[in-house]
Amino acid sequence: MNDQMKPLLAIKDLHTRFHTLDGVVNAVDGVDFEVYRGETLGLVGESGCGKSVTALSILQLLRCPPAEIQGSIFFEDIDLLDLDREGIRKIRGNTISMIFQEPMTSLNPVLTIGEQISEAVRLHEGMTRQEAWRWTVNMLQMVQIPGPRARAREYPHKLSGGMRQRAMIAMALSCNPQLLLADEPTTALDVTIQAQIMNLMVGLKEEFRTAIVLITHDLGIIAEMASRVVVMYAGKVVEEAPIKELFKDPRHPYTQGLLGSIPVIGRKAQTGRRLQEIPGIVPNPLDMPVGCRFHPRCHKAMDVCKKEEPPMVLLGEHRRVNCWLEADCEGKE
Amino acid sequence: MLQYVIKRLLSIIPVLIGISLLLFFMLRMLPGDPAQVLAGLMATPDEVELIRHQLGLDRPIHVQYVFFLGRLARFDLGRSARTQNPVTEEIWARLPNTLLLAVVAITLACLFGIPAGIISAVRPYTWLDYVVTSTAIFGMSMPVFWLGLMLVVVFAVWLQWLPAGGIGTWKHVILPSITLTAFVIAFIARMTRSSMLEVLSQDYTTTARSKGLKEQVVIIKHALKNALIPIITVVGLQFGMLLGGAVLTETVFAWPGLGRLIVDSILARDYPVIQGAILIFGLLYILVNLVVDVLYAYVDPRIRYD
Amino acid sequence: MTETTKTSADQTPDQPSASQFRRSWFKLKRNKVALIGGLLIFLYILTALLAPVLFPGNPSAPNLIMALETPSLKHPLGTDELGRSILGRIIYGSRVSLLIAIGAVSVGLIIGIPLGLISGYYGGKIDFILQRITDIMLAFPGFLLALGLVAVLGVGLKNAMVSVGIGMIPLYIRLVRGCTLSVREEVYVEAAKATGTRDTVILLRHILPNVMVPITVQTSLMMGMGILFAAGLGFLGIGVQPPTPEWGTMLSSGRSYLFHAPHVATFPGIAIFLAVLGFNLLGDGLRDALDPRFKL
Repeated sequence: MNDQMKPLLAIKDLHTRFHTLDGVVNAVDGVDFEVYRGETLGLVGESGCGKSVTALSILQLLRCPPAEIQGSIFFEDIDLLDLDREGIRKIRGNTISMIFQEPMTSLNPVLTIGEQISEAVRLHEGMTRQEAWRWTVNMLQMVQIPGPRARAREYPHKLSGGMRQRAMIAMALSCNPQLLLADEPTTALDVTIQAQIMNLMVGLKEEFRTAIVLITHDLGIIAEMASRVVVMYAGKVVEEAPIKELFKDPRHPYTQGLLGSIPVIGRKAQTGRRLQEIPGIVPNPLDMPVGCRFHPRCHKAMDVCKKEEPPMVLLGEHRRVNCWLEADCEGKE
Repeated sequence: MLQYVIKRLLSIIPVLIGISLLLFFMLRMLPGDPAQVLAGLMATPDEVELIRHQLGLDRPIHVQYVFFLGRLARFDLGRSARTQNPVTEEIWARLPNTLLLAVVAITLACLFGIPAGIISAVRPYTWLDYVVTSTAIFGMSMPVFWLGLMLVVVFAVWLQWLPAGGIGTWKHVILPSITLTAFVIAFIARMTRSSMLEVLSQDYTTTARSKGLKEQVVIIKHALKNALIPIITVVGLQFGMLLGGAVLTETVFAWPGLGRLIVDSILARDYPVIQGAILIFGLLYILVNLVVDVLYAYVDPRIRYD
Repeated sequence: MTETTKTSADQTPDQPSASQFRRSWFKLKRNKVALIGGLLIFLYILTALLAPVLFPGNPSAPNLIMALETPSLKHPLGTDELGRSILGRIIYGSRVSLLIAIGAVSVGLIIGIPLGLISGYYGGKIDFILQRITDIMLAFPGFLLALGLVAVLGVGLKNAMVSVGIGMIPLYIRLVRGCTLSVREEVYVEAAKATGTRDTVILLRHILPNVMVPITVQTSLMMGMGILFAAGLGFLGIGVQPPTPEWGTMLSSGRSYLFHAPHVATFPGIAIFLAVLGFNLLGDGLRDALDPRFKL
């Protein structure tokens, strides 16, 4: 029981700032959440809300300066932010891996696919060249790339987008990581390929028992793959819930807006309602609104929302929301 | 790959034709009688007539061109108006000297320039970077011939360590080579720096780091290989520039190379030699470009399979 | 699902906007290196313009009694082999090199920009022919090309200007063509064509402004190159002819006295160096300031 309850990854009060010529950008401004073994956590939000930066902060892939990371990121009791360069290097690709949004630009064009996959394996697992190559071909097969032996010798520009993404997944999973950070893995792909990749990931997840942080703005993918969801807006967490509850009963006006703006065929006929949109635009990170960051776009905004930041309200196990509306009704637990 | 090389070879042909046309018409654009021009100012009327007949300058122009091409193919570039030696001989005696300087200079420049550029790119905006970048800009702004003279003043006049000019021992090679290198190394270092900076900000560099690779490996194996293309371009261009810069350096150090031959010929209106030397430089430059293109394909697999 | 929203900084990118210029200017001012470059250039131009004021008298008048004097109060940079003040000749020499550089760059711009625009915009046969010609011109290192042209045209200031200028033409053509090629594919050009805008108007209103940025950077660097080439030709004796003071020729005559009077060769070289340095620094600074994706 104890083991199950202890999170694999625990982010506490993470602040990631960028020092730019125009000022300080607080891309991640006090974020905390946890990821448990084997689960798939969805990290949802619009472009610019800080979800990618959060993932990059976990593996410290941001250039510091101009970035500055503060807070704690506990991975199995070790604070990753305390590790030195060697320490975090050992974690990368080994215990925690990442896959990126653009398979076109995320693979090195002058190295073969096989080389890019096997170098990670050689480094972390200490295999010889031949062993690593065999392993690579094996991985390519697992991600369902046809003719893996031949493909391994090819360069990225010869592969289609979907195949490149599969190769990236193979690369990330090659050392059997405990946690996979997937940053918009399907956004750059065609819709039909998206479905394929998602199925692949579901299958692999079962096989490898990897925990996944699935970063995306696409709620459809979340619905398919995640068991729990964290919603972010303007650098902060606004809501967290198990998947079914989020879809059935979203508490934060932003989440409600997101769900309401998914086109559903026949909804107008059924409910008489038109497609809802969230008015306004995402705030300029250099010029955040005072109080609740969402208040300029919230039709339920109250006076207190404009002045003070809302508290975190616990609504149940792994269920919380950052909103004055909830604070009013339920109070802190 | 083979296809690519063949394609590149074929594309040279129009340029070669163009150069031959250029040379052909250059002579005829000069004021005065081409035969006289070729024979030189000191030639007697008989000698002029001889040349006119030999080169077929009394024939229609397209026939002349064919003759011209024929002569080119046989490496018959005529005789120097000054020395009456065959042009090919004059050139052949000096070409190796110029090439020696150029090769030494390029090698030194790459040996020091590329690492300097890499270090600069990996630690941008630090004092190290500023030192490299400023040195590079200084190097680029310095007139080659002035640098040579200054080096002579310091090393040959004051310190008396090295000879002031001429050719002979390895000691004679040092100052001219350094002079040439100084200019080139600046370009190479800067190009390496900017190319590496570009590559280091690419997504695939982040991916490489995310796999836990050592920073050294990321820089050399992942980044540098991608950065090489613009660097190779610059090295090729610089080789060409070196051939031009050699003219001035050779003059300063009295180095018996092709550059000096050209200058002397221009001053003496020795057109056959001028023609020949320009032809050689053109050919060398094209050759270098070809090598550069092949190197591209070797480094970047996308070009190979285009 | 709410879509990505545009910030107010987004505008139709057909012409560099006023605020973009302001931003670049701001970035440029910040760049100390570029400012030093600008200062050097300013001093250089000032020297050239005010030469008679800075050095009254004839810089080319020989005064053999004072030949090869080392720097002193009377002649701050010493005298050359004919007793003339080196400082004076350097001051007047700035006029010559500036003139040649400006002339050469003008030739390059006037011929290079239109040809580059046409080549890039229309493509096809014109482009092919122009590109082959450019290839041939670029087959020869710039200085050699200028040398060759001087061989054809003869020596002297005007010919030096033209020769160096012609050597710059292919560089400008390449630059402008490359830029034109990419701008040509932009959607707003397509839109302009679709509404029946005449080609000349498209070229002048849409493409040219976008090309101006790299041209400006290139021109600064070309000025430096022009000064170097002019001095190079002078050094070889085939540029500006004596007695006109020219930095390159001064170096050349200084060469004969390296062992006994090195100052004759040293100071003109420093002058060349500083002038070229100024243009290079400024060009670099301009490139950094005008590059939109630059720096955090």
